[in-house]
Amino acid sequence: MSQLVVGKEILEQMIAQAKVAEPIEACGILAGNAGRVEKFYEMTNVDKSSTHFTMEPSEQFSVMKDARANGLELLAIYHSHPLTPARPSQEDIRYALTPGATYVILSLKDDEPVIKGFTIENGTATEVPVEVAEE
Amino acid sequence: MKIVVNGEEFESKDGLTISELLVEQEVKMPDMVSVELNGEILKRSVFETASLNEGDKVEFLYFMGGGQWD
Repeated sequence: MSQLVVGKEILEQMIAQAKVAEPIEACGILAGNAGRVEKFYEMTNVDKSSTHFTMEPSEQFSVMKDARANGLELLAIYHSHPLTPARPSQEDIRYALTPGATYVILSLKDDEPVIKGFTIENGTATEVPVEVAEE
Repeated sequence: MKIVVNGEEFESKDGLTISELLVEQEVKMPDMVSVELNGEILKRSVFETASLNEGDKVEFLYFMGGGQWD
């Protein structure tokens, strides 16, 4: 994927979720078509941790079915870093298993949230531009 | 027999096991995959033995998790 386009409203939803969850990592799935996010699914971080996240499989299955029913594809797997930069950790890289997904990280470390996207293949993370679009 | 995998219909041999299906689907790390068969999540311990029947609906997806910068 050459870039990920996220509408301002969806980005605001992501930031709101991350701030409510803070200091716990928030997570979610971004679905859409042709690199444009159409829907943000808030997911439960079953780790309830400020340094780790794990999604619940039953919730993942529900989201994948809902996305498919709405003609959407999984575009990105998202989580927040409440205390650290928007860069994939070694753990993020190790568990970047879903083929074709972009991995989006939202950092709350600084005053202004920072969102970045990455493709991760064979242990290497490559940044993907995240464009924030006015609706 | 016909089965449905992640919403797509596939033709497969009779008695295909979940493990064999994951190989067919080119899943590289089956230990990191969750599988749902006809709406029920399967334990990984049955992947080798659970076989599929005509019309079964299978969903599979990878573990989604990680952590912060370290």
